Amino acid sequence: MRLAPFKSIAALTLLVAAAAGSAVPAGAPASPTIVVAREFMFAPASLQVPAGSTVTWTNRDDEPHTVVSDAGVFRSGALDTNESFSFRFDKPGTYHYACSIHPRMVGTIVVE
Amino acid sequence: MAEETQVTRRAALRCMAFGGAGTLFALAGGVFTPIELAAAADLKRAARLGKPLFVQISDTHIGFNKDANPDVGGSLTRTIELVNSMAEQPDLIIHTGDITHLSKPAEFDLAQQLLGRLRTQELHTVPGEHDTTDPTVSEYLDRFGGNSDRRGYYSFDHAGVHFVALVNVLQFKPGGLGTLGTEQLAWVAADLKGRSASTPIVVFAHMPLWSVYEPWGWGTGDAPQLIELLRRFGSVTVLNGHIHQIVQKVEGNLTFHTARSTAYPQPAAGVGAGPGPLKVPPDQLPAMLGVTSVAVVKHPRSLALSDATLA
Repeated sequence: MRLAPFKSIAALTLLVAAAAGSAVPAGAPASPTIVVAREFMFAPASLQVPAGSTVTWTNRDDEPHTVVSDAGVFRSGALDTNESFSFRFDKPGTYHYACSIHPRMVGTIVVE
Repeated sequence: MAEETQVTRRAALRCMAFGGAGTLFALAGGVFTPIELAAAADLKRAARLGKPLFVQISDTHIGFNKDANPDVGGSLTRTIELVNSMAEQPDLIIHTGDITHLSKPAEFDLAQQLLGRLRTQELHTVPGEHDTTDPTVSEYLDRFGGNSDRRGYYSFDHAGVHFVALVNVLQFKPGGLGTLGTEQLAWVAADLKGRSASTPIVVFAHMPLWSVYEPWGWGTGDAPQLIELLRRFGSVTVLNGHIHQIVQKVEGNLTFHTARSTAYPQPAAGVGAGPGPLKVPPDQLPAMLGVTSVAVVKHPRSLALSDATLA
């Protein structure tokens, strides 16, 4: 069985802790880096993060979702319920993405 | 014809007992007659249906394990048993996609193992969007791409009928519908060019090739260009899956039919947050998987379609 990079619940837990905790290590992103797919929507639909941030998407629906960059920069496999996918954004820019199973589900990551 | 649309109690019980089912298409007088599979399995009726040409199975979603149906393998197995029990076996089986739930190798392997139990060995498939989520989209094509040189779309002829298998799940435009794409549309135009207008045509793809409900992506954005290529033919049958329920439309010589899933039902268009699995009481599930529509074709220009529910 192949796993997508960073695709694990453990990674999600660590990121939640980093995002919510007060002791954020130097250089770590200060803004939340979690996107949740729930009820066929990405929330937040638009997320701003500093360059170098790792963003984690977690599926909270009974239906699988994917996270696929419009420009082909990143692509998760199918995320079943409660599975996650993470991607580290090193280059500033605006990254649009969608769920390839439900292409009406769209989101944007703005990297500064 | 009312006679054909009435489902006997025996057939109804049998169908409910079997759970998942497909749609049988018999060739009668050069046109297709979609027939409720339970009726086709009834030996006394089978003789009147003509030579069974193919059975459509869809949305088997092997790998799905949520409450809506924890045993999709069992549902597919019962569907296969139902097909295998037909007095006269169909020439072909057509699977209109979402063979698997998560595009995992083990899911494809199990699906192939189960489908291999069909007495009819000629299987034609198109991918669903659930079959193409692996990074290289190779799991589906490695197993089912042989007919198409790994393009996914192809055509073939059988019993005087021209079949066209299309892929509309690989070029999603975010926020949009399924897409065939200019390359595939050009291929279809070339494939149909020079064919007699009297050739019966069967087109099949996973997502509906007509707009069922755009907010949920239940349609194909450039399907109208395909339909234009098909209009000159006297008998065109367009088959899809994807929405896990039967919706039919007749437009001129074109008949559109979406099949039920063998795995789990989905809500009607626009009911709820999105097109996810619909949980129903366990005793109601077989009826939501196991009944297909009955249709009687008198003439391609006077196609009469109707749904028969056994609930």
